[in-house]
Amino acid sequence: MTQTPVLSVRNLVVEIPTRHAVLRPVDNVSFDIQRGEILGVVGESGAGKSMTGNAVIGLLDRPARITSGEVLLNGQRIDNLSHAKLRRIRGAGIGMVFQDPLTSLNPLLTVGEQLTETMREHLDITASEARARAVRALEEVGIPGAAERIDSYPHAFSGGMRQRVVIALALCAEPSLVIADEPTTALDVSVQAQIIALLRRLCRERGTAVMLVTHDMGVIAETADSVAVMYAGRTAELGPVREVLTRPHHPYTKGLMGSAPLASLGQRRLQQIPGNMPRLGALPEGCAFHPRCDRARDTCRQSPGPTLAADGGRAACWFPVTQDSTTKETA
Amino acid sequence: MADTLPPASTRVRMARFTAAWQSDFAYKFRRSPVAMVSFLVLMVLVLGAVFAPLVAPYNPFDPSSLNLMNGFSRPMEPNAFTGSVFWLGSDDQGRDVFSTILYGMRISLFVGFAAVMLALVLGVTLGLLAGYLGGWTETIIMRAADVQLTFPAILVAMLIFGIAKGITPVEYRDQMAIWVLILAIGLSDWVQFARVVRGATLVEKNKEYVQAARLIGRRSPAIMLRHILPNVLSPVLVIATISLALAIIAEATLSFLGVGAPPTQPSLGTLIRIGQGFLFSGEWWILFFPAVTLLMLALSVNLLGDWLRDALNPRLK
Repeated sequence: MTQTPVLSVRNLVVEIPTRHAVLRPVDNVSFDIQRGEILGVVGESGAGKSMTGNAVIGLLDRPARITSGEVLLNGQRIDNLSHAKLRRIRGAGIGMVFQDPLTSLNPLLTVGEQLTETMREHLDITASEARARAVRALEEVGIPGAAERIDSYPHAFSGGMRQRVVIALALCAEPSLVIADEPTTALDVSVQAQIIALLRRLCRERGTAVMLVTHDMGVIAETADSVAVMYAGRTAELGPVREVLTRPHHPYTKGLMGSAPLASLGQRRLQQIPGNMPRLGALPEGCAFHPRCDRARDTCRQSPGPTLAADGGRAACWFPVTQDSTTKETA
Repeated sequence: MADTLPPASTRVRMARFTAAWQSDFAYKFRRSPVAMVSFLVLMVLVLGAVFAPLVAPYNPFDPSSLNLMNGFSRPMEPNAFTGSVFWLGSDDQGRDVFSTILYGMRISLFVGFAAVMLALVLGVTLGLLAGYLGGWTETIIMRAADVQLTFPAILVAMLIFGIAKGITPVEYRDQMAIWVLILAIGLSDWVQFARVVRGATLVEKNKEYVQAARLIGRRSPAIMLRHILPNVLSPVLVIATISLALAIIAEATLSFLGVGAPPTQPSLGTLIRIGQGFLFSGEWWILFFPAVTLLMLALSVNLLGDWLRDALNPRLK
């Protein structure tokens, strides 16, 4: 753990100024991803998962912007670079797998053209070399007859196959970090597992770090090494996946686990968390989760929970769920 | 296996050809009688215009071949003095109406095409920039477009035509008339293209493949040209077709009003203007046949554009 993490996010704050107030979709988020590690980022819709991902790759759309904090890629700050420098560094360093394979490929270029374009942008190789590597990349992600399919257009592929192409595209320039933003949400359940397994295998082999953004606890449980649970723009809990899933400390994580059907936990009945996540414009005082939390006390109403450091340290909660009560309540 | 196949580039080309022939686009065309008939009519007219020197029985611009005695021949009837037969009659100068129509169509079509190309290049470029860059660029371009839309296109064209004519030296005026006409119609017609392209660009630029291209470090011009432009072109094709009909009519209107093509190079509009002087004295054919040709030209282009809009509309698939 002494090596430089591939991605290191320190106290990242993203703000969106609006006419009425300044919204903070990402508020003081910190985490590290090591080489070959897969970090799952979970949370409800609007918790700031994708915003964090976009902030990391510098693709925030105006008026959203990073107002404080640092993003380090392989130890180098990338959040304050000029446009031109950023282009070079992040293009070579970060690959991206998007949610919808329908729109993440250009419908008018063949798969091969898109792969070679990406490779030639960052690797110093000839056109024929790039083509050979593109075929190999397609073979690696399990496209049958890759040498033939390389000249096909995206519409000739099914959704699952297209997502494989997108993964090949994300990995072909040999990035050190891949950000996968809900890579399986648009796919059939049967294909989801294949895609996740594929992503996991390829990243393991190459030692690529992965930031896996999803709202699917099952995917996290299967794939990730560690997990960051986000709620209303803040990290509620951060830690190794096994520990967080089996012994959640934050009441929100516990609620999430209770509401997800996981065979391994042996629950009888799914529980729901009462209420909805607050809108960004109307965050409650103190801990954002307190109105929905059955453990909330006066402290929670007055001051937000302790800030989580990047090296984990578990839950951002004044009164974390202890192990005893967890076992008692799930029993 | 790979070495028994032709080289990849040839295969791609072959695949593209077969794909084009078997595409639902070609299928839809074969299934639409209106489209086929308009295409046929348009082809006959265009070919006639392009090969006018070969097709036309007379050269209406060669003064030595004109005989004033042939003036006012009725269609399909031998001339009272010379006995020559003109299919569609002749005008007051003894020019064959059929031949003048063929030559006139050349000018009408050329002006129409060139004006649409100008409007297309201008509109697509500005629309792409406005949509992709946003901010001040967008505001300036699109407000300029809005302002221009408040004037009737023909008025704008006349204004441009007037200014351009004013600054051209007198001796070049007739030669330059055609180019000034193209400029005037082209500049009055770019707004449509800009608006549609801007809208389509706004949609495309938020698609994830564009984000991905930005992420891997492509520069903005490369993204606009390689990724966005090809994906916004199909509505442009539709508008270009419909604009072609409008441009041909605009040219005819300007020429009819006497501010377009000069009588030495008469377009269909000029012919109609010349012909309308004789309408009430009984020589109806001088007006009638150029007018019918203009009608067929504009109608066939329009119907084709209409069909194209349906055929390329993904929502009707």
